[in-house]
Amino acid sequence: MVKETTQRSSLLQGTLDMLILRTLLYGAAHGHQIGKHIQATTNDFLQMQHGSLYPALHRMEKKGWITAKWETAPDRNREFKYYRLTPEGKKQLVVEESQWKQMAEAVARVMWPAAEEN
Amino acid sequence: MKFPTSKRNADLERELRADLELEEEEQRENGLDAEAAKHAALRAFGNPLLIREQTRATWGWDWLDSLWRNIRYGMRTLLRTPGFALVAIAVMTLGISTNVAMFTVVRNVLLKPLPFHEPEQLIQLYEQLNNGKRPYSYVAGGMYATWKNNMPSVEQMGIYGTDSNNLADDGGQLPERIRYAEGSWDLFTTLGVTPELGRLFAKDEDKHGAPGTVMLTHSLWMRRYGGDRNIIGKTIQLNAQPYTVVGVLPAWFMYPDTETQLWAPIYHEQDPKLMQSPEVHNYFVIARLKQGATLSQALSEVDTVTKRVHQNSSSRFVSNNANARSMLEGVVHDARTQLYVLFGATGCVLLIACLNVANLLVARSAARRKEISIRASLGGSRWKLLAEQVTESVLLAMAAGALGIPLAWMEVRWLMVARPDMARIDSVQMDGTVIVFAVGIVILCAVLAGIIPSMTLLRGPLLENLQEASRGSSKGLSAARLRKALLVTEVAVTMVLLVSAGLLLKSYRQMRSTDIGCTTQNVLTMRLGLPDVKYKTEQQVTAFYSQLIERIRVLPGVTAAGLSTALPGQGYGGDSPFTIPENPSLGQMQHVAMVRGVDPGYFKSVQIPLRQGRFFEDRERLQNARSVIVSESFVHQYFPNGDALGKHIQATSFGSFPDGGFEIVGVVGNTLWHLDEQEGATMYFPLYYGGWNSVTIAVRADHNVESLALPVQKLIAQMDPGLPVANVLTMEQSLGKATMDANVTSMLVLAFAVISLILAAVGLYGVLSYLVTQRTGEIGIRMALGAQRQDVLRQMLLDGIRPALLGVIVGLGASAACVQWIRSMLYGTKPLDPAVFASVTGLLLAVAAFACFLPAWHAARLNPMEALRNE
Repeated sequence: MVKETTQRSSLLQGTLDMLILRTLLYGAAHGHQIGKHIQATTNDFLQMQHGSLYPALHRMEKKGWITAKWETAPDRNREFKYYRLTPEGKKQLVVEESQWKQMAEAVARVMWPAAEEN
Repeated sequence: MKFPTSKRNADLERELRADLELEEEEQRENGLDAEAAKHAALRAFGNPLLIREQTRATWGWDWLDSLWRNIRYGMRTLLRTPGFALVAIAVMTLGISTNVAMFTVVRNVLLKPLPFHEPEQLIQLYEQLNNGKRPYSYVAGGMYATWKNNMPSVEQMGIYGTDSNNLADDGGQLPERIRYAEGSWDLFTTLGVTPELGRLFAKDEDKHGAPGTVMLTHSLWMRRYGGDRNIIGKTIQLNAQPYTVVGVLPAWFMYPDTETQLWAPIYHEQDPKLMQSPEVHNYFVIARLKQGATLSQALSEVDTVTKRVHQNSSSRFVSNNANARSMLEGVVHDARTQLYVLFGATGCVLLIACLNVANLLVARSAARRKEISIRASLGGSRWKLLAEQVTESVLLAMAAGALGIPLAWMEVRWLMVARPDMARIDSVQMDGTVIVFAVGIVILCAVLAGIIPSMTLLRGPLLENLQEASRGSSKGLSAARLRKALLVTEVAVTMVLLVSAGLLLKSYRQMRSTDIGCTTQNVLTMRLGLPDVKYKTEQQVTAFYSQLIERIRVLPGVTAAGLSTALPGQGYGGDSPFTIPENPSLGQMQHVAMVRGVDPGYFKSVQIPLRQGRFFEDRERLQNARSVIVSESFVHQYFPNGDALGKHIQATSFGSFPDGGFEIVGVVGNTLWHLDEQEGATMYFPLYYGGWNSVTIAVRADHNVESLALPVQKLIAQMDPGLPVANVLTMEQSLGKATMDANVTSMLVLAFAVISLILAAVGLYGVLSYLVTQRTGEIGIRMALGAQRQDVLRQMLLDGIRPALLGVIVGLGASAACVQWIRSMLYGTKPLDPAVFASVTGLLLAVAAFACFLPAWHAARLNPMEALRNE
C-alpha cells in the first residue's frame, strides 16, 4: 500500500514540478499566480487545489531549482512570496521536458502504432 | 524551545495567509459575499493544516518535530501520574545503578588487563604439591633457578616473596612494622615497570653480600617521606640494617597488593643456600612469554623440567609437577566467582525492575486501548503509535540513568571500603567503557519496558481491540495474559535470587558458628617481630620471649597469655615436610604438616584442649627442646592406631636436629587455620627452641580484654623501645576479617533478593488489582446471580496465586541449575539444601498470597449494584 502511494505521488510530483518550472520561465510569480496559471492554461483540466503547490515549491527551493523572495505585488500593494527560476532550475526543466517527451512518445507508440507508420 | 523550523513556520504561515487572502479577494471580486468567498477560497485552496504538514515534511525536520511532540506528550503523561513515574524511575534507578556498579568492578577487577607492559604475555608459574591437591603452590628457589635456564618459550622471568619487616625510626619518625616484598632484579624488567624516580635494582645488587638497596612504593614515599625527590641515594634502616634507596615505584604499581610498601632484592635478603634449594617452597614466579609462544607451550616445558629435577633428586620434597596460568588469572581467581555471582544477581534485579515497569505500562496502555484503536482505525500509523508509547519508557529510563550513574559511583566507593581485600579493587574507576555500558543498560531498560507493553499494538487486527474494548466483560484480557506471563518470569527470577541468598547466608552462618578449636572470646592478639641484627642469637630471642610473656602474665586483669607463631584462624602460617623414623613405610610419599612454634603456656591461654600426654615444659629450651606436640588430625592421619605418644618426628625445617627426631609428648585438639579451609595436620614445636623471629601474642582476660592492649604495648616499649607492634585485634575481630568477604557477598545477594521480592510482590498486587477493576462488572453480575463473597474471594485469590505458583515451579528448576555456579562459595552447605529451598518456596508463596489478598478482598466486598452501575 505504501509503495503504491509513493509511486503515484512521485509521478504526480514529477509532472507538477515540470509544470511549475515551465510557468516560472515567464518570470517571477507567487504561489497563487502559479496555481491560477496552470489551472487556466489547462482549461481547468487539472483540477488541483492550490494548496498542493506549496510542498512542491518548498521542496524545489530546497533543491535549489528556484529561489523565493518577499516582494510587493504591483497590483495589490502588499507583499507576496515570489519564486524565481535559478540556472539549475532551467537545466532541470530541460531534463524533465525531454523525459516527458520521451515518455509521451513511448506511450504514443504503444497506443497508436498506425500513426507512427504514417 | 526554539527549533530551526520556527522561523520557517512563520514564513510559511505568512505565505499561505497572503495567498489565501488573495484567493478570497478574487472570489469577492467575482461577486460572492464575504462568507461564501471565504468558503470558496478554502475549497480551492485545500486543507491548510494538511498543506502545512506536508510542506513541513519537505523540510526534513519532520522526525525532530514528531520526536519533540512525543517527548512533550510523554512528559505530560508522566507528570499527570507522578506517583507512577516516581516508582518506575526509582525501580529502574536501582536496577541501573547496581548493574553499572557491578560492571565497573567486574571490568576493573576481572576484565581489564594488568597495568604492565604487554600484560597478555605475562604468566605465573607454580609447583604442584601433594599430587595436585594444591595445584597452584609456592615455588622453591632452586626449582626457579632450573626453570630459568630451561624454558625456551620464556623471554624473562623473575621471582618474589613477601614478608614483614621493621622500618626503624629515622628523622623523628616512629618505628613501624611494614609489609615488604623481596624481588629478583629481573622481576621488574619482566613486568615491564619503569620507576617513577631513580632506577631499578642492578643485577649485582641482587646477591648476597652486596650493599643493601630498596625501592619504595609510591604510597610509602608519599606517606613517610613526604614525596621528597632527594630520597634517592639516602639510607634508611630496615630491620636495623642500612639500605640505600635506589628508586621509587610508580603510583599504579600496587603489586602484589596495596599493603606492600617496599621492595628489596631477593638474593640479597635470602640465604643463598635457601635460594638454591629445590625443597623449600616459598616464592612466586612471574614469566614473560616470547612473542608467539603460548601458555600451553610454557606449561609443558615447565612441567618437563620439574619432572627432571624431581627424578635427579634424592629428596622427596622436590615437586614432581608444575603448573602455569596467565598472570591475570593468578591475581584475580578468588574474586572471580563472587563477582560473577553478584553481577548475575544485579542482572536479575535489573530484569525484574524492567519487567515491573513494563507491567505498570501494560496497565496504562490497556487503559488507553480504546483511544489507540480509534486512532489506528482512522489511519494513524502503527509505528507512530508505537513510538509514542516507547518514548514514555525511554524518558523513564533516561531519568533513571541520570540518577543511577552517580549512584553507581557511590556504590562502587562503598564496595571498595567494604571489600578492601578483593584483588585489584583499589584500581577500580569508571571509564568510557563503563559509560558505554551504562548507556547500553539504559537503552535496554527503555526497550524492555517499552516494547513489551506495545506488543499488543503490533499484533493482530486493531479493530478487534476496539470491539473488545467496547463491551465490558472481557476487557483487556490479552493485556492481562501478558502481565501474567511477566509475573511468572518475575517470580521465577526472584526465586533464583532468594535461593542463592539463602544458601550463602546459611553457609555464612555455618562459617560463623564454626568451632575453630579454641576459645575466641576475650582474647587479644598482636604480632611482633624481632630484628635479627639486634637479636642475633637464639638465646637473645628466647630470653626476650620468655621475659615478655612472664611480665604480661602478671599484668593486672590478665587471666592467661601465650605465644604462637600463628593463632587458629589467622592463616596458614607455614609448614614443613617431615618423616617418622618409627614408620619408614610412610616414606616414599611427600608428607607435609603445618608447623607452629608455641610457648609452654600457649595451649592454656587459648584453651586448646589436651587429648593425650602433656604440654611443653619451661625447661625445654634451645638444645633441650626435643619434644613435639601434634594435633588429633595428625594422629588420625599418621597413627591410625592412636599410638602417637613416644614416637618421633624428623622435620626438614630443623635439619637433622635432634638425633632421632622430636619425641611426640602430647596430642591436642584440632584447630582451623582458616574458617573456610579444612583443618590440617599440625605439629607444635617449642617456641623456645629458637628460629622464630616473629610471634603472635595471645592474651586472655575475664572481661574487657581490649583495655589490656595499651598496658601490653607499654610493656613491650619498656623492654625494647624501637620494637613496633602490629595487628592489635581481638580474636573475634581477626576472625571477622576472615568472614567479612563471605558476609558482604551474602548480604549483597540477600539485599538484591529482598528488592526482587518486594518488586515481585508489587507486581502481583498491581496485576490483581488491575484484573479486579477490569472485572468489576463481571463480579457484579456473578454476585447478583447469587455467587457468595467467599467464592469471589477464592476465585480472585486463585487468579493471582496461579502465576505465582507457576513462577515458583519454574524458579525451582532454574535455581537448581543456577546454584551449581555458587557451589565453590558455599561452606558446609549443599547446593540443593532442602531447608533453604523449602523455606524460600514458603516465603515466596506467603508473600504472593499476601499481595493477592488485598485486591481479592476488595473484589469480594464489592456491592453488586454499584459494580453493575460501573458498566
